[in-house]
Amino acid sequence: MSKQTLFDKVWDAHVVRKIEDGPDVFLIDRHFVHEVTSPVAFLGLESRGIDVMYAKRTFATADHNTPTINQHLPVQDPLSANQLQQLETNTAKYGISHWGLGHAKNGIVHVVGPENGITLPGMTIVCGDSHTSTHGAFGAIAFGIGTSEVEMVLSSQCIMQPKPMKMRVNVNGKLGKAVLPKDVTLYIIAQLSAAGATGYFVEYAGDVFENMSMEGRMTVCNMSIEMGARGGMIAPDQTTFDYLNGREQAPKGEAWDRAMAYWKTLKTDDEATFDKEYTFDAADIEPQITYGTNPGLGTGISQNIPLSSQVIDGEASYKKSLGYMGFAENEQIIGKKIDYVFLGSCTNGRIEDFRAFASIVKGRKKADNVTAWLVPGSHIVESQIKEEGILDILTESGFELRQPGCSACLAMNDDKVPAGKYAVSTSNRNFEGRQGPGARTLLASPLVAAAAAVTGVITDPREFL
Amino acid sequence: MAYDKFTILTSTAVPMPIENVDTDQIIPARFLKATTREGFGDNLFRDWRYNNDNSPKQDFVLNNPTYSGAILIGGRNFGSGSSREHAAWAIYDYGFRCVISSFFADIFKGNSLNIGILPVTVSPEFLDKIFLAIEADAKAIIEVNLPEQTVTIVATGEKESFTINGYKKNNMINGFDDIDYLQSMKGEIAEFAEKSLY
Repeated sequence: MSKQTLFDKVWDAHVVRKIEDGPDVFLIDRHFVHEVTSPVAFLGLESRGIDVMYAKRTFATADHNTPTINQHLPVQDPLSANQLQQLETNTAKYGISHWGLGHAKNGIVHVVGPENGITLPGMTIVCGDSHTSTHGAFGAIAFGIGTSEVEMVLSSQCIMQPKPMKMRVNVNGKLGKAVLPKDVTLYIIAQLSAAGATGYFVEYAGDVFENMSMEGRMTVCNMSIEMGARGGMIAPDQTTFDYLNGREQAPKGEAWDRAMAYWKTLKTDDEATFDKEYTFDAADIEPQITYGTNPGLGTGISQNIPLSSQVIDGEASYKKSLGYMGFAENEQIIGKKIDYVFLGSCTNGRIEDFRAFASIVKGRKKADNVTAWLVPGSHIVESQIKEEGILDILTESGFELRQPGCSACLAMNDDKVPAGKYAVSTSNRNFEGRQGPGARTLLASPLVAAAAAVTGVITDPREFL
Repeated sequence: MAYDKFTILTSTAVPMPIENVDTDQIIPARFLKATTREGFGDNLFRDWRYNNDNSPKQDFVLNNPTYSGAILIGGRNFGSGSSREHAAWAIYDYGFRCVISSFFADIFKGNSLNIGILPVTVSPEFLDKIFLAIEADAKAIIEVNLPEQTVTIVATGEKESFTINGYKKNNMINGFDDIDYLQSMKGEIAEFAEKSLY
């Protein structure tokens, strides 16, 4: 059993059956569902007349399509209200745990899973959402699935997946001033491109990740899909165990000891090999920002927008992308006027993100030309923001805090950036129209977002620290 | 979900030589509020296809009557981004049964196979040949032969093979799906699952 990667160890332990010239029948330990990608799966169960196999291995929360103000009032949009009602009805029918709108533990699925100890090392975790890769931070194999697969997990606790190839991304050294986990992941994606890891499952290794907090690791693993990877994972270590110990649904007592004995085996063997491997130097990473319409089109904030000859995207696609953004090749990014700032999402909606944001806005004022949406990832994060005095700092600086949800990350609810406007966003996708039809998104860290929020233009956060 | 069987598809094709077509373009998030899977074709490529006042954008290929057919030809990295199966539903509902590209995003590819759309990966060179053939003749016929695993530009006879695993190929040809398969082995799954640590 030697010479295995972390990924091999977890994957192979979950293969129920290998199909010759076909996928593996793959057992899922934890299944998260939300209101948008599950209704048709439940309909499928009904039309086939089949039951949920293990209701206790599935957890539901409402997040994608929920309002971020006035959550105590009935949801205004009838289609959204119907979707939320369907989730409630479906989960009640099959006895699935449901943390819906208004529940004390409600929040973004990839925030609430870890913070309640549902996500554990060595698990296989899926959800009808591509950012399920977030949970890989715990040494789990976690990835997004389609609705047909949601139905498979509900009805058989399995999906059918060919085993992906393996990639390791090493980042070593010391991160510079104002360089956050978001910058590390945006840097990696810019180096590999938006399709550079398609077909692979990534393991992140090296001292930058070893020294990173669990929340930082979640940010990095979350973005794995943005370079095409099915998921990304980091070997569990003392940081992981300390984070999990005492969480509500984490094992306790003897069960904890048994789990720890297993978790400590979850690392890549020294002689194990990968299909592809990249190594980067932490010193090369400055605060990052994207300027195009896929997450691979990003660069250091002090750099100019690259020439089409410098990017992997074809010339026509690159020009279309810059045209949408209203940018030109070789332009300076710093100093560009912005209209919106979004702090939140499953990428950067946790307490450390709000602490970082507050560290810059403290004692300063929100720029008049900026509309800022600050959206905690969960009610638990919201409580932390209040308890730590961060809300006071934000309020003093002219910011308001909204209620938890996915919000402007995908703009399914009313949090839409208007056409043509520029948003500095801590979320994960800068696709055309992602934050509203015609909206222009620049992805960045909470520090870059904060610097833009107080100056009204793209600003290097290192000036403030 | 039962879908039409797929064996040999002979059709004209719609060319979309754009790279990184993400699933937010295929079906924007604001159209994901439905709780059934019907009708998504109306909003396929919504923001590339229609202006804000819902009038069609004349320069977009789906609004150009010159092009039609059951095959969509896309640029490199087709279907990236969100895992929303609604993207595949929209493509199917619009009338496409096959998407040809030089490179697909993983989740989109899996979703397509699960609902009866055949994603065919060809070399970048062959993809260019297909685009050129359609440029020369908008009614150029493309044949996608699943049993033989080949794509042919009928006018020139140029042909390339594609790969697909035998299990999925069999499913597509017979209209089977994974849920049928998994239901047939629930005893084996239960035995395995009961032993699981979690």
